[in-house]
Amino acid sequence: MISQLSWKIGGQQGEGVESTDRIFSTALNRLGYYLYGYRHFSSRIKGGHTNNKIRISTKPIRAISDDLDILVAFDQESIDLNAKELRLGGVIVADAKFNPTIPEGIDTRLFAVPITAMAEELGTSLMKNMVASGASWALLGLPLDVFNKAVEEEFGRKGAAIVEKNVEAVKRGAEFVLEQAGGPLDEFKLDAADGQQKLFMIGNEAIGLGSVAAGCRLMAAYPITPASEIMEYLIKKLPHFGGTVVQTEDEIAAVTMAIGANYAGVRTMTASAGPGLSLMMEAIGLAGMTETPLVIVNTQRGGPSTGLPTKQEQSDLNAMVYGTHGEIPKIVIAPASIEDCFYDTIEAFNLAEQYQVPVILMTDLQLSLGKQSCDQLDYNKIEIKRGKLVTDVPALEGHDLFKRYELTEDGISQRVLPGEKGGLHHVTGVEHDETGRPSENALNRQNMMDKRLNKLNDMYVREAIRVDAPHDTPDLLIIGMGSTGGTIDEARSLLEQEGVTTNHITIRQIHPFPTKPLLPYLQKATKVIVIENNATAQLAGQIKMHAGFADKIESLLKYDGNPFLPSDVHKACKELSLDGNVQRV
Amino acid sequence: MATFKEFRNNVKPNWCPGCGDFSIQAAIQRAAANVGLEPENLAVISGIGCSGRISGYINAYGFHGIHGRVLPIAQGVKLANRELTVIASGGDGDGFAIGMGHTVHAIRRNLNVTYIVMDNQIYGLTKGQTSPRSAEGFKTKSTPEGSIETTLSPLEIAMSAGATFVAQSFSSDLKQLTKLIEEGINHEGFSLINVFSPCVTFNKINTYDWFKANIVNLEQFPEYDASNRVMAMNKIMETNGMLTGLIYQNKERKSYEDLVTGFKQEGLAKQDIKITPEQFDKLVAEFK
Repeated sequence: MISQLSWKIGGQQGEGVESTDRIFSTALNRLGYYLYGYRHFSSRIKGGHTNNKIRISTKPIRAISDDLDILVAFDQESIDLNAKELRLGGVIVADAKFNPTIPEGIDTRLFAVPITAMAEELGTSLMKNMVASGASWALLGLPLDVFNKAVEEEFGRKGAAIVEKNVEAVKRGAEFVLEQAGGPLDEFKLDAADGQQKLFMIGNEAIGLGSVAAGCRLMAAYPITPASEIMEYLIKKLPHFGGTVVQTEDEIAAVTMAIGANYAGVRTMTASAGPGLSLMMEAIGLAGMTETPLVIVNTQRGGPSTGLPTKQEQSDLNAMVYGTHGEIPKIVIAPASIEDCFYDTIEAFNLAEQYQVPVILMTDLQLSLGKQSCDQLDYNKIEIKRGKLVTDVPALEGHDLFKRYELTEDGISQRVLPGEKGGLHHVTGVEHDETGRPSENALNRQNMMDKRLNKLNDMYVREAIRVDAPHDTPDLLIIGMGSTGGTIDEARSLLEQEGVTTNHITIRQIHPFPTKPLLPYLQKATKVIVIENNATAQLAGQIKMHAGFADKIESLLKYDGNPFLPSDVHKACKELSLDGNVQRV
Repeated sequence: MATFKEFRNNVKPNWCPGCGDFSIQAAIQRAAANVGLEPENLAVISGIGCSGRISGYINAYGFHGIHGRVLPIAQGVKLANRELTVIASGGDGDGFAIGMGHTVHAIRRNLNVTYIVMDNQIYGLTKGQTSPRSAEGFKTKSTPEGSIETTLSPLEIAMSAGATFVAQSFSSDLKQLTKLIEEGINHEGFSLINVFSPCVTFNKINTYDWFKANIVNLEQFPEYDASNRVMAMNKIMETNGMLTGLIYQNKERKSYEDLVTGFKQEGLAKQDIKITPEQFDKLVAEFK
């Protein structure tokens, strides 16, 4: 019996890789297994190799694995590209249609299943996904009735005949492979899961769900990989809550529409990735200057320019921290799990209104698109805080205006919404006085700059840094952000077994940088390694700039488009612990 | 009910004496009063440029945004609270150069926003450069040999983008302009009102006298039918875009707000945003 295994399906984009993965993993989720998915895809619709990998475990997991147990291949290319990942004893399930062969030098078992032929026998090659997932399911020796129930739910709306055909496809795939293998493979027999059904979602869906829970009722966005799922989720949900999504002509329209809507009182978001974020820069300054709440999700992908649009990277950090001309207050939060995506989105909307600033929620492609298990989300933790939003303000006298930008102790002024009789004021991106009217007065300028820029003094988000520090003086302090946490933790348990002690800090508040809470850990550490998916060590740069310790901070960088593997982290940490140099991955 | 004086404030505009924008400001104030608005229910969103300052010169909720982005901001305001009357305003550079992409799509989208362009055929605030509305051969600081690009026709573009309300006026004709703005506000959908607003400082060609000599008032065509799209397009071309009055209105097409599924008449900003445990459970159940 094993506690975890990895399964991968590969084929040409558009030939059912996604749907096979979806059905297979939904059924596994029913049984209560923890799942963690990784999508390898290209920026086109049909054609081109694509593969989806799922890790299945009886315990929580948050990382892809180095190796692979089962590879399902719809074409020879999928075998050629992925067979090297198979561990000793791993198997390939391939469509007999293309006469699959095992590449030279790879020791594995191949089951050639007439996947396409069986699907066509049942009426359509579209059912390849059913035959393939049935065969996979059978090899694991899992109960077929659970799988059939998932099929029923997937196709129930299309009628009993369709369900029946799909169930039959699953059965044929399963029976064929079992006959070839002589029954389920013992080495793939998974321990029973806890039977507790988890939530199974991608980060973008958790952000969408979080925004509905946060009271976001409008979204203005322009399609882009890997952010579009947020928009697609909200397009389905917001109409049930009175709101809507506008697909704008570009990202500049998206962000400025969001600013207009937030100004008029509706929690409104936009979501994009690098190229869109670059287009939004001027408007982010407008939100900062006019103290208009704004939530932007930036799902990072490979840059610069169009870069690697479907690949993992964490290279927009500096753009998010420093972006827009001039100086404004801004919050950048980096969720590090699916749960974070949900709760941080709610917090982002609260902070935007409490501090009247733009808030950027920063994910990366693997967190945004990697489908994974997540524990139940808690309704009771949903809190809506609207800060100094006021209504029923006293009537104004004569030509007086409401002091929307009143200088206050904490720099935050009362905010009223258009429609409020006593609230008339002006809003402008030009430097302005307390009523919002343009002013070039030098003293006013200084006061207003100080007011805005001091708003975020000592502001900390929930778990600004997430600390896992079992050791008082570890050999290594590992620092990361975003989706890399699970990978780091897996490497840590290996290191621990080898006698290398580590602490792990996840930086969740990227800006303003949480120097104060981080400082004690840096002071105590002898060696620090900062792990990030970019080429210029942007997170390490923030740490060095704000906290110092340049002499003991090393970096592990990966910018080939792929997420870190536990082995990458393990190797680098091992070398560093032995006083070696860290090589980039 | 508020009078036009209640839409005035005590700010002295920084426009040059004689600028066409003064009359447009007055026309907006009069129209707002004539259609029965209260200052707090009017939001004036403006762009950058001389004309962009207008949101600060009207006693209402004013938002002076960034260059070329008047319309997305205005549409955001309207979506957030459709009970507000939203007027967007800016210059020809703001709307037809840097903001042209938004103009076309705002027209297509057809939210109930009134867009008043103060068209002076030149860049004034940056002290005299060519605009997309400048005539070919027009000499400016940026086109010392005369502009070699064609003049953009916002009316034709608006028509081809599916506009439901297109009008044009001249800042000296306060009566016509006020009436058109009232009609624009009352129109259920996006209304474009392009207003010739002479720049007395930098544009020595398109002067008040020049406009008076060249404008073609649609009133002189009793058979003109503003609900006829083909007639409208023909008249725009026949007059080389110099016509004034209500050029086209489509009263059939519903506004964007009315076409959005489940969008209520009550302003979204006024609706409760907390979700119930039942709603939450239902949303979460989809991920099991």
